[in-house]
Amino acid sequence: MSKLSGAQILLRMLKEEGVDTIFGYPGGVVLDIYDELARTDLRHILVRHEQGAVHAADAYARTTGNVGVCLVTSGPGATNTVTGIATAYMDSIPIVVFTGQVPTKLIGNDAFQEVDIVGITRPCTKHNYLVKDVRDLAKTIKEAFHIARSGRPGPVLVDLPKDVSIGKTTFKLPDDVQLRSYNPTYVPNRKQLKKAMDLIQKAEKPLIFSGGGVILSRAHKELTELACANQIPVTSTLMGLGGFPGNESLWMGMPGMHGTYRANMAISECDLMIAVGVRFDDRVTGKTDEFAPKAKIVQIDIDPTSIQKNVQVHVPVVGDCKISLELLNQMISQNNDMKNFATAHDEWLDRIENWKLTTPLAYEQKDVIKPQFVIEKLFELTKGEAIITTEVGQNQMWAAQYYHFNEPGRFISSGGLGTMGFGLPAAVGAQVAAPDKLVVDIAGDGSIQMNIQEMATAVQYNLPVKIVILNNGFLGMVRQWQQLFYDKCYSSTKFQHTPDFVKLAEAYGAVGLRATKPGEVEKVLKEGLACNKAVIMDFVVEPEECVYPMVPAGAPISNMLLV
Amino acid sequence: MTKKHILSILVDNEPGVLSRIAGLFSGRGYNIESLCVAETVELNVSRITMVTKGDSMILEQIKKQLNKLINVIKVADLTDQEFVERELVLLKVNAKTENRAEILRVTDIFRGQVVDVGLEHFTISITGDADKVNAILSLLKPFGIREIARTGSIAMFRENHAK
Repeated sequence: MSKLSGAQILLRMLKEEGVDTIFGYPGGVVLDIYDELARTDLRHILVRHEQGAVHAADAYARTTGNVGVCLVTSGPGATNTVTGIATAYMDSIPIVVFTGQVPTKLIGNDAFQEVDIVGITRPCTKHNYLVKDVRDLAKTIKEAFHIARSGRPGPVLVDLPKDVSIGKTTFKLPDDVQLRSYNPTYVPNRKQLKKAMDLIQKAEKPLIFSGGGVILSRAHKELTELACANQIPVTSTLMGLGGFPGNESLWMGMPGMHGTYRANMAISECDLMIAVGVRFDDRVTGKTDEFAPKAKIVQIDIDPTSIQKNVQVHVPVVGDCKISLELLNQMISQNNDMKNFATAHDEWLDRIENWKLTTPLAYEQKDVIKPQFVIEKLFELTKGEAIITTEVGQNQMWAAQYYHFNEPGRFISSGGLGTMGFGLPAAVGAQVAAPDKLVVDIAGDGSIQMNIQEMATAVQYNLPVKIVILNNGFLGMVRQWQQLFYDKCYSSTKFQHTPDFVKLAEAYGAVGLRATKPGEVEKVLKEGLACNKAVIMDFVVEPEECVYPMVPAGAPISNMLLV
Repeated sequence: MTKKHILSILVDNEPGVLSRIAGLFSGRGYNIESLCVAETVELNVSRITMVTKGDSMILEQIKKQLNKLINVIKVADLTDQEFVERELVLLKVNAKTENRAEILRVTDIFRGQVVDVGLEHFTISITGDADKVNAILSLLKPFGIREIARTGSIAMFRENHAK
């Protein structure tokens, strides 16, 4: 058998793992890997900042369902990935990040561009490795991919000292991964499912509360079947949007801090909550003691730590969402006592419909552009078929409220960490993953500036991403909190200077468009969406618009500010 | 209700594993009262015995979070089961002529051993569970304890309860 260098083994193993695209940025200690890379057919997307590489790989993973891959250098290259890794960790996204490291002999000596990235990322990775011997490399890479994609997915980091990349060893394909300390439970305990079904059977006001787990396990069909066959209304967290069709009559919208009135009221009134792939985040629950106070809770999750962490659960089901729902659906269809269930709670559904009619999502039209109007128009013009990435803040909430998602993988947003600057590099990653789809980043004038450099990446690779900036001249969400809870003291939230985004787009070689009046919105959107280049659409919107409804932090979710 | 728990954790004997566990506890605000780590007879496996405190929901999370770490093989909660617990303590106590006999008598009652002796001190080693250790400490305290080194508890299920 011939000997391969560490760099060659890395690239060979990437191929074995089915990787065809990586996002990265070269540097001193990864030169040997980049040198080998030039001789392979692996596509490398050169970003403009390592954080962008991780967000792009993250969105690539969310779009394709495969593991996203990054390659960066040591020291600052590695530390620049940390925000991206933490973002992926909070949202359980499978990515593998390869960081260069100084030669093993220099580790610990404060060498040039040395940083203990394994130490730094320990709390924000699912697992991480420092490879000290080239003979361990192939096996480590195989384990890294296995851990990233299995169970509750998440980011894995592999730190590669320069001498490991250069070192040679006989290459042998590693065996299948066997880790005695890591065996996620996919198939749930049937007794628990039976208990869940017994609770469903008794319920008069049932509700499904689904989250990112449904998207990650692609359990949307099974979820839709459970809901539709039994006429159970559905609400989904930000991470779960697209897990249930947004145009279904059973759809209640998102719950929580900026949830719909009907979703929050239904949670507060329901007598049974079937929670699927959710972790009861504080932005959803508000005051946990008063969250779903009348409900028995069934919780399905592949990660036991997500169960019973924030709220008391009556029937825990540890298992993969898709498999669990499939089995539950089977059990229900074979149960004669469930035959009349679907028609037995019409009164409950009427109540929810009534909440929708009396208190829908609404905003006031004026002679300035309302940000919600832009999203509504965008939804209309794209027929709901775009892949939407978002930044974080008001733009993200309006996107979640006014764009309706019918499929998983359509809404790509930093839910857990709330990372400003996520949307543009995510749009780059999504567009690389889905070249034929329309990809739109819904942004604010604040967060777009956090990773604006990735415009150059979009232009270099002819990625026709569309950036919709809801430009209000403020850090809108923080300003909203200041307005509501800090006596309108707008401390450091007004941008005294913002670049001209149209000129900025042009400077990057992209197209820049602007709308300042409601009448121009449709025209600009149409022109921008039709363009086959990267486009920034700058919508100058009402500066002091708030996202409503709003539940103040820590309050019960039935306590909503409606306007 | 907050309660003391003794956890016995089998882990891969690899660099960084202890840091993962310590980081988990500090990052999530859990409490470590004592921690004892050593190899087992099995190659590449270490046992960590940890004393921690929390209510039942926190303890459930601690155990689940530990199990979630890739390098953790098994977590057992010994509390509420039959188990034996031992801690080794070395303590250096002031021993003036007039107190020496009394200190030796106390040491003897607790089946301790004097492992080092000087003109004005004894170094005593004691093994036992937390109650016994605390009892002898309170008896020797009036003489003046100069230094103390404790291993923290190690523990095991009694065989008839072990699975």
